[in-house]
Amino acid sequence: MSTTATLPKRGRGDVIAVLALSIIGMVWSLFAAAFADDAPFRIHAYVILGASILSSIACVGILGDGGAKGRADRYSDDVIRAGVYASLFWGVVGMLVGVIIACQLAWPSLFYFPGEGWLNFGRLRPVHTSGVVFAFGGNVLLATSFYVVQRTCRARLFGGVAPWFVFWGYQLFIVLAASGYVMGVTQGKEYAEPEWYSDLWLTIVWVMYLVVFLGTIWKRKEPHIYVANWFYLAFIVTIAVLHITNNLAVPIGPFSSKSYDVFAGVQDALTQWWYGHNAVGFFLTAAFLAIMYYFVPKRAERPVYSYRLSIVHFWALIFIYIWAGPHHLHYTALPQWAQTLGMTFSIMLWMPSWGGMINGLMTLSGAWDKLRTDPVLRMLFAAIGFYGMATFEGPVMSIREVNALSHYTDWTIGHVHSGALGWVGFISFGAIYCMVPWLWKKQRMYSNALIEWHFWIATLGIVLYIAAMWVSGIMEGLMWREYTPQGFLAHTFVETVAAKHVEYVIRMVGGLLYLSGVLIMIFNVWRTIRGDAPAVTEADKLAYPANAVAAE
Amino acid sequence: MKLSHGIFERHSLILLIGIVIVVSIGGLVEIAPLFFIENTIEKVEGMRPYTPLELAGRDIYIREGCYLCHSQMIRPLKDEVERYGHYSLAAESMYDHPFQWGSKRLGPDLARVGGKYSDSWHKDHLINPRSVVPESIMPPYAFMADRPLDTHNIGAKMKALKVEGVPYTDEMIADAQEDLAAQADPTADGRKLKAHYGDKVIRRDFDGNPDKVTEYDALIAYLQMLGTLVDFSKYHPERGDNNR
Repeated sequence: MSTTATLPKRGRGDVIAVLALSIIGMVWSLFAAAFADDAPFRIHAYVILGASILSSIACVGILGDGGAKGRADRYSDDVIRAGVYASLFWGVVGMLVGVIIACQLAWPSLFYFPGEGWLNFGRLRPVHTSGVVFAFGGNVLLATSFYVVQRTCRARLFGGVAPWFVFWGYQLFIVLAASGYVMGVTQGKEYAEPEWYSDLWLTIVWVMYLVVFLGTIWKRKEPHIYVANWFYLAFIVTIAVLHITNNLAVPIGPFSSKSYDVFAGVQDALTQWWYGHNAVGFFLTAAFLAIMYYFVPKRAERPVYSYRLSIVHFWALIFIYIWAGPHHLHYTALPQWAQTLGMTFSIMLWMPSWGGMINGLMTLSGAWDKLRTDPVLRMLFAAIGFYGMATFEGPVMSIREVNALSHYTDWTIGHVHSGALGWVGFISFGAIYCMVPWLWKKQRMYSNALIEWHFWIATLGIVLYIAAMWVSGIMEGLMWREYTPQGFLAHTFVETVAAKHVEYVIRMVGGLLYLSGVLIMIFNVWRTIRGDAPAVTEADKLAYPANAVAAE
Repeated sequence: MKLSHGIFERHSLILLIGIVIVVSIGGLVEIAPLFFIENTIEKVEGMRPYTPLELAGRDIYIREGCYLCHSQMIRPLKDEVERYGHYSLAAESMYDHPFQWGSKRLGPDLARVGGKYSDSWHKDHLINPRSVVPESIMPPYAFMADRPLDTHNIGAKMKALKVEGVPYTDEMIADAQEDLAAQADPTADGRKLKAHYGDKVIRRDFDGNPDKVTEYDALIAYLQMLGTLVDFSKYHPERGDNNR
């Protein structure tokens, strides 16, 4: 990004607003630290104090410089580059914790430390899930949405320093959430573990994210809003609604880290899974479909297969997804009519999901040969394949009778990971491999061979992971319900635990392979940014045609 | 198609409003009725709010993330009912903020674990699960075996829950510290505790250490009351769903 000396003066209102918020944050966190009701809250108050001080210094520096830099006629790409770094960092953290807790389940005597409660499975598991979903996935979405909305609207990001506020605000949320989990600060609701003050902070950040995104759309020079932006917009708006509703809570004091969820029992269960399933539906699906709708056509140099299908796909997907939550509560104390509705809509969901898959896959019509020559496109393609697989498996598991077997077992874990590793992971890696040369103005990635290695190691890891979980899940489900000829239950519970040991080892190996793939990617990205990529030759253009266009 | 959809593609606010309407319908139809339909939660005899000690134990259960591996929801399937006991009723979690039904059984269901094992079994099991169940993959909780229970905010906790509709009286909240101590000390005067929470409240020195009230006292007190409130020998289902 070129920042020359002839920058036009820009408005300072945005910087002053962030500065004001930082000062409020400083004052509040000083009070909070002084009157904290418990130790974790005091630690978090200091974290917020530190963040407020850093943010104030940055604001004062920008003001002293005469307002935010960056030419109004250029896209703001610095924040996207930061998003790429953050994605890679949190990806490693989240996946590493995943491997550690997989080790704990495989070798409990080796990987647990009786004196250190913060290293226990129950504290680390939310670090893993939030780490990969919200920290890794969230940063990929911030980065790609900022990239896509600028290019498709032909407008610079709205709001001056607001995108930076969103970026750093989101990192602060992640730090508060993850450090809270290891200290035992949790609401006790899956995927909604952060406590009330972190949730409030995320709400502020998220509203600002919506303002930046919508503001950029308002500034657009294109008459049409591109399909990827519909998906991003639905994701941002719906996540806001879900987050606020599911996290309504009453804190036990203004300076306490403990709160109680306002809902109880059966109502809470449905609210939670309405939230939980749509965190999958809108965070992990709709938003990553936006990546598909931008990066696949761009990389393949083909238009989206069907405009009509993308309209049907969009509205049907967001309408139907919202209903599917109750399939997490089959055979529970939730009224049966709600369970049946959830199951019905889950099965219907198969159609828009596969409609979207077909739209993505068929975008390669006329460019199928690139699957052989361009490993990045192959990664995007494999992602869509895993999306199709996971969105077929999901409706099957939502059928009440299938769910009777699959619920509470590792089958669910396998299903989640085929979606998370196969779909979310691969589409993210594909997008990062596309964006890195584009953002850092390089002709190509440092090494295509390393991308090949990443692809195959990760694919092998996924196969090991999900196959192991299918086997152990179905096995334990069958063992739980097995009877002896005399009519007694055939197995004690712990026999079913012992039986899964081999699968747990295989799962750990699968996860380790997947993590290794990410490390290879980081090396490749690092060398690319450093400028070590060899120049594109005529021979390369023949072998890897996609590289030739990558440099714009 | 092209013409009619154009309006969403040219006007971001119309697109936004369209999205909000479309995603609201499902939630409104499914969730809202649960708060109004009377038979969502059938009235069941025996349900009472948690005692201060049990509530503190439940907060430890949440803090340690036990819900990530242990469900508290027995489904009306033959093997589950035989393994764990009577299937769970909606009423049994009516005071659970938040619910702890769970989604995964890396360990067994705990909805009716109360009374199944002795206090000392629980203590040994928490310190090192593999000392009593060799194949177990549960983490050890030795680090909090002797940790004194932090009770300073128990009244504030009950007040917050009262705001949310849990029927704690002002008297219960005022006596919280006393009730908490009385439940962990069988030699103390437990009349107030029983007057507040009923005669069935279990009063024991749960961790076998009479010198102090520890986190184990609270956690084991909670585990030992799980699923024991409803007397199923007298239970008759009223809600159709519960007539399974």
